Amino acid sequence: MTALALPTGEVDTSHGPILYLEGVSVSFDGFKALNNLSLYIDEGELRCLIGPNGAGKTTLMDVITGKTRPDSGSVFFGQTIDLLKLDEPAIATAGIGRKFQKPSVFEKLTVFENLELSLATNKGVWATLFAKLTAGQRERIGEVLETIGLVEHKTQQAGALSHGQKQWLEIGMLLMQEPKVMLIDEPVAGMTHQEIERTAQLLLSLQGERSVIVVEHDMEFVRSIAKRVTVLHEGSVLTEGTMDEVQNDPRVIQVYLGD
Amino acid sequence: MYKQFYQHDKAAFWLLAIIGGIVFLIPIANMLFPERSPLHVSAYSISLIGKYLTFALLGLSLDLVWGYCGILALGQGAFFALGGYAMGMYLMRQIGNRGVYGNAELPDFMVFLNWQELPWYWYGFDQFWFAALMVIAVPGLLAYVFGWLAFRSRVTGVYLSIITQALTYALLLAFFRNEMGFGGNNGLTDFKELIGFNIQSSGVRAWLLIASGVSLMLAFLASRWIMNSKLGRVVTAIRDQEMRVRFIGYRVELFKLWIFVFAAVLAGIAGALYVPQVGIINPSEFAPLNSLEIVIWVAIGGRGTLYGAIVGAVLVNYAKTLLTGWLPEIWLFFLGAAFILVTVMLPDGLYGLWLRRIKGVQS
Repeated sequence: MTALALPTGEVDTSHGPILYLEGVSVSFDGFKALNNLSLYIDEGELRCLIGPNGAGKTTLMDVITGKTRPDSGSVFFGQTIDLLKLDEPAIATAGIGRKFQKPSVFEKLTVFENLELSLATNKGVWATLFAKLTAGQRERIGEVLETIGLVEHKTQQAGALSHGQKQWLEIGMLLMQEPKVMLIDEPVAGMTHQEIERTAQLLLSLQGERSVIVVEHDMEFVRSIAKRVTVLHEGSVLTEGTMDEVQNDPRVIQVYLGD
Repeated sequence: MYKQFYQHDKAAFWLLAIIGGIVFLIPIANMLFPERSPLHVSAYSISLIGKYLTFALLGLSLDLVWGYCGILALGQGAFFALGGYAMGMYLMRQIGNRGVYGNAELPDFMVFLNWQELPWYWYGFDQFWFAALMVIAVPGLLAYVFGWLAFRSRVTGVYLSIITQALTYALLLAFFRNEMGFGGNNGLTDFKELIGFNIQSSGVRAWLLIASGVSLMLAFLASRWIMNSKLGRVVTAIRDQEMRVRFIGYRVELFKLWIFVFAAVLAGIAGALYVPQVGIINPSEFAPLNSLEIVIWVAIGGRGTLYGAIVGAVLVNYAKTLLTGWLPEIWLFFLGAAFILVTVMLPDGLYGLWLRRIKGVQS
């Protein structure tokens, strides 16, 4: 188990960025999903990733969270933690949380239990068998319920929530893990206008304390939350900048509208 | 305290009360009433009911793995048979020089094969404590090694089901071989004594029934406690969203392994209690069909409920006893039909039907 030992101590961000991806390439059967991609995310930053279908956005998240191993390149969490040496649970425990595109909550469990399972605590088998919630942990679950606006749904089965509520619950589950970096894949797909607005507020309230990376297709939503936007195209970074800069970049226009 | 328990979980209370009642009353009915009385329970019936209880324990063990953790293991019968063999080996050693060949050192089948000395893996089985340890250790160890390899490589779904079938089939073939030293085709039988008491006596049969019932009750309580713990919730979460659990930071493979080993140990205990009550263990217990039948018990009773597995195992086996008595050739058709019917009409099994009735009455 030594190879999977969890990294301990603080993530070293003394040089600014919390996440470094350098020269990362991934190919599936000859198709280059990521092509020599380099990306740096600062501590406490909220970054939006956009790009047409097949640009490599989901593969990028897979690489960061250990689901996919790149063919080449390096991925570091802070200065010292080499993410390519860790598997998914170890990366999650180190402080990187991920929300999937499709809401994936535990439908048979209650909202409260969903958050309880996500709590940042010892996740070994025996520790889990004998786990008892402390007062502080209960309080923390209460806070998160407040943040995601599901206090009244606490004892409801997660499967009975609306689509938007499931998305918030999953963001809440991420928050329970106390991550330093949150990766959020298409949070507003299929949401109503009101829900989109609430989600924007929720995400904006998270930045500063943690770094948040949002992948989203909805340009209006991206405009409402993003300070910095990274455009991916064919597995590499096409450009980076504010929403206005990016939208007026002729290369971006070409990629989105075609020749 | 039992009042609190009753308030908290009536179904569990009644289940335990019924098993406890069976275990307590049946031996009394056997001893108190003369054989001609309608209330008399024959020694044969005691063993039959005891057998049902060991099947209930076996069904319960599969429910943990399949119903709660979502691993459709089609080889649970292998652990049952291994526990049975460990007990069978002890019972063989208890025969001593009362076998057909009168050889105190070697079981009959070894004499028949012209073996000169006891194979090393039979050492220790003349001691009950050692055999009891092996009843737990052998199925547990096999489940640990097999599960570690399978879950670490993330083998899931139908692939895992197939390799568990292959596991039990491989063991079936191995135990058929005379050279293995487990009695080959005939298995182990002709038992005489259990811890010094005549295994045919109604007293020993009653005690075996009691042991089966108490084991079932303890296993039920332990499983219920586990499934009500945070570990139980993680296991359910693995069944429904394995990927999510992994990205929260749980080592999914270790949780699966833990449940798989625990269930294998329960199955082994069930097998060890089964063998002295039926008087024989042979390789047919490893037959893939047996393991499939366990799945059907649990499906009919209702999976992921604990109660369902117990009720399903008892009902299906009672039906089997009746039907194979009347029309042996129809049994497999009946079983198949029952399985299809339950899958199509009652996805939550009889337990789901019962729940719906209760809710229907209340509303």
